[in-house]
Amino acid sequence: MLEARNLTAAFDGRIIFRDLSLAVAPGERVQVAAPSGAGKTTLARILAGYALPQAGEVRIDGAPLPKRGTSPVQLIGQHPERAVDARCRMGAMLAEAPAGEEELARLREAFGIQDRWLSRYPHELSGGELQRFCIVRALAASPRYLIADEISTMLDALTQAQIWRALLAEVETRGLGLVLTTHSAALAARIATRVVGVGPAVAPSVDSSWTHACQTSR
Amino acid sequence: MTEAANSARTEAAAVPGERSGSEGSERSHEHLDHAASPVHHHHSHACDSRHAHGHHLLTVEDLSISFRMYEEGEGQSRARAYLDAKRREVEVIRSLSISVHEGEIVAVVGASGSGKTLLADAILGLFEPNALVRGRIWYDGAPMDAAALAAERGRGIAYVPQSVGSLDPLMRVGRQVEGAPHGRGGTRRADAAARRARRRQLFERYGLAESVARLYPHELSGGMARRVLLCCALMESPKLIVADEPTPGLDAALAAKALADFRAFADAGGGVMLITHDIELALTVADRVAVFRDGTVVEETAVANFASPDLLAHPFTRQLWHALPEHGFTVTEEEACRQPAEEGALPERSAEGAAGPYPEGASSC
Repeated sequence: MLEARNLTAAFDGRIIFRDLSLAVAPGERVQVAAPSGAGKTTLARILAGYALPQAGEVRIDGAPLPKRGTSPVQLIGQHPERAVDARCRMGAMLAEAPAGEEELARLREAFGIQDRWLSRYPHELSGGELQRFCIVRALAASPRYLIADEISTMLDALTQAQIWRALLAEVETRGLGLVLTTHSAALAARIATRVVGVGPAVAPSVDSSWTHACQTSR
Repeated sequence: MTEAANSARTEAAAVPGERSGSEGSERSHEHLDHAASPVHHHHSHACDSRHAHGHHLLTVEDLSISFRMYEEGEGQSRARAYLDAKRREVEVIRSLSISVHEGEIVAVVGASGSGKTLLADAILGLFEPNALVRGRIWYDGAPMDAAALAAERGRGIAYVPQSVGSLDPLMRVGRQVEGAPHGRGGTRRADAAARRARRRQLFERYGLAESVARLYPHELSGGMARRVLLCCALMESPKLIVADEPTPGLDAALAAKALADFRAFADAGGGVMLITHDIELALTVADRVAVFRDGTVVEETAVANFASPDLLAHPFTRQLWHALPEHGFTVTEEEACRQPAEEGALPERSAEGAAGPYPEGASSC
């Protein structure tokens, strides 16, 4: 169980959410829904350990996130070009991931990464191609929870469907918990099993009646 | 990657014979009632669009853009590879045709990195030094060459960029929207006053407070930035707006607002070319959708045809339809679609379009 307990977070000195609690079980796919600027990305970064909350804590099966080693919570972001070393070829970047050669080859195949992309630098790949690398890199760390923050916003419909299909297959077979944010209601309806709201006005983050209303309206 | 030699040239539509010929053939076309016959002249129409003054607002015919690049040397030392490198031409856009009518939004939808931005650049008369551009472009009934397009840029044809990154970060927003006044002395002061008045009027129309004019670009919120960029474009009262990915990073409500502004501009008689990868969004606001793939427009169709895949002509468009989350979210077999892509096989391109063959800065879509 990935748990966020009473998180309070600030961005640029302004409190964006207070007392937010959230629990994600393995195998669950939770959509975090909120308007722009409400703190979805900040929440994603806190859950994955990239940022610290003002107050509250993130726990995994009751224990805090490990301070060293690979994190069991992996973040895939909205801007793959900002998540890779611009001076590192893609093959070398993937080689850093803690997974065997065989597993990496299998993941590359699953996400349609072509071998000739491996010798390229990030700027020589398109956003969709780079995002495939970022997803493979996250999965190669054998995570138990994945945070997908607008991972297909910059992709066309076809690439979006390809990448999500492959990702959902992995999430399914490994029984991972998934937290996702997206602006597309149709995409969320396809993927999420549960919806949670975030924002300054939303004090109880898991308002069951609201969640229920969202799900039935679909 | 970019060559120093300035070889950008356009063979624009300045062939007089051709011009009069097409005028003759369009005579019957412009008198067609769009509501009665939505499909004619190799594209379909929105029923309320029109050929004002007897022509399309913008017509692009047979546009091809290629870049002269150096071959990547293999197995040679770096210096040697540089000196001996052979050049080749990489065609990035080929025989592309598209039209924009007055009163409509045409969405150009395609994968990122497929060259959509190059189309925008061509219409704005912006060419990389190593680009070879061929084709014919008419704007408001007149054949255009590179210089004529550049002269219309920011006047008749305005550009709405993706983000405030395109603004000068060191200049206050108000002055930037107003632009530099022309003339000298009294004329200059009069022009500056006129520009300020026009900017005030635009700010008011788009709900921007007067204090926003004093802000710097980084102080704008996402929604404000979007409206400031639109005001920039509308300063000179353009007839055609080319908007390149105007919505990413905005949530659904803000994106819908942004698009409503374009809709209002089109409804007032302007034409909008909306370049986007987001087909869901395009379908909510556009009149027609031009599906862009592998450097060309494979299908230009009315938005209404997206109601059912049977109404879509090209296999790739159908594939796109099936991939939408609200439909199948499926990746259907590409057998039928591979064909047209492979005929004019572009080197090093996947279905998604590799960034490889582009000169730096040209593929930033």
